[in-house]
Amino acid sequence: MRAIAAIARKDLLVELRTKESVPAMALFAVTTFVIFHFGLDRDRLEGELAAGVLWVTLLFAAILGINRLFVAEREQGGFDGILMAPIERTSLLIAKAGALIVYLVALELIALPVFALFFIDQGFWDAVPRLAAVILLADLGLAVVGAMLASIAVHTRARDLLLPILLLPLTVPVVIAAAAATKPLLSVPLETSGVAKWVAVLALYDLVFGLLAYAVFDFLMED
Amino acid sequence: MAVEPTVTASAGPEHAAAPSVDAIALDRLVRNYGERAALRQVSFRVTRGTTLAVFGPNGAGKTTLLRMLATLLVPHQGELSVFGHPLPREAYLVRPLVGLLAHEPLLYHDLSARENLDFYARLYGVEAAHARIAYLLEVTGMTARADEPVRNLSRGMAQRIAICRAVLHAPDLLLLDEPRAHLDPEAAAMAEPLIGAHTGITRVLVTHEIEHGLAEADQVLGLRDGTVLIDSPAGQIDARQVRALYGARS
Repeated sequence: MRAIAAIARKDLLVELRTKESVPAMALFAVTTFVIFHFGLDRDRLEGELAAGVLWVTLLFAAILGINRLFVAEREQGGFDGILMAPIERTSLLIAKAGALIVYLVALELIALPVFALFFIDQGFWDAVPRLAAVILLADLGLAVVGAMLASIAVHTRARDLLLPILLLPLTVPVVIAAAAATKPLLSVPLETSGVAKWVAVLALYDLVFGLLAYAVFDFLMED
Repeated sequence: MAVEPTVTASAGPEHAAAPSVDAIALDRLVRNYGERAALRQVSFRVTRGTTLAVFGPNGAGKTTLLRMLATLLVPHQGELSVFGHPLPREAYLVRPLVGLLAHEPLLYHDLSARENLDFYARLYGVEAAHARIAYLLEVTGMTARADEPVRNLSRGMAQRIAICRAVLHAPDLLLLDEPRAHLDPEAAAMAEPLIGAHTGITRVLVTHEIEHGLAEADQVLGLRDGTVLIDSPAGQIDARQVRALYGARS
């Protein structure tokens, strides 16, 4: 726990100083909503289209943050410092995933009101408590898989290309389940049937990929 | 005058270096990068509390050797142990015992010197970390600049902070890659109590400063193209023989 807290604290402190990840993610999301707003030529969205626009935007915005997750370690040599320390290697995975969850929550605190402003006519705020549960479970899955894949991609020359290529196929289940769980919540009138099933799928994804990442991360960090 | 506080890291007694074994033992060690051999059948031993000076031209395998001792690279063949712990199998026991001063200072540019040291102190579980950090900053003359982002510091100042980082957890083995690089004579003198020959810490010193390296060494290792050409007590070798390592390569 000591190492996890130290690494996560360091990452959040660096982000607070540099403001490199969260503002870029938020700006990307807002710009994408503007593009959808005019591209679809629709003032109001609901149901599956609203869910699709929301989750595609959040996923691509998340990739920006995931791509930068190990930048400080790569560019400033901190990888060696951390790998030499007498800590479990998985501390790095958990800390990076934790920091990414904080980035994603910060992104969503900005992106969701903008999404509601552009696309949702009524009932959005009634759906927020259930939507928050869906979002947090999706964030957890994205964070774990993102941190694991970013740790692989950071050691390659084509890391900016490699990460989306690895990440997108693996996060398809998250987007499908999150969009399916979000669809009834963004329907008019608000529905709740079917949400629990997709929330369970998200929780299962988080569990499976969480255990997988925990099991393989040590090997990924080996020379 | 700075008074050194007692340093305790939360490594636990099982991490302590065994007293009666060599600090470092390599037996026919091989390390490759793809098809290229970086170290070929390298064997030597280093006694506890002594200094091994490693010389050799660029690409001789010096940095690879340091990174293997630092548990950052694994051997492809042969045996390697540090304080009796075989690597990589017992790397987790070796890591608390080793401090690395590498080419890169391993510091986060957007954090201050104090924040960097605090981060590493947390990773190593250094107790009374604030007192230890304050002591190291004072010894290296960096107290006044300790709260500035590292990116604002000169390379020499960053090197002083890197020295603080390397010795923060009071390691038993110091791996020093050109430790005086970027340091002015005054700063180099300041660093002596922390990484110098009189610390009593086992040291592996990689340097191109031949006279200085020989003066500090108890034992000399000369590498070229990953092969050991010199393995000798420092008193039995002179600068001319070391300089010959840097001649035309085979």
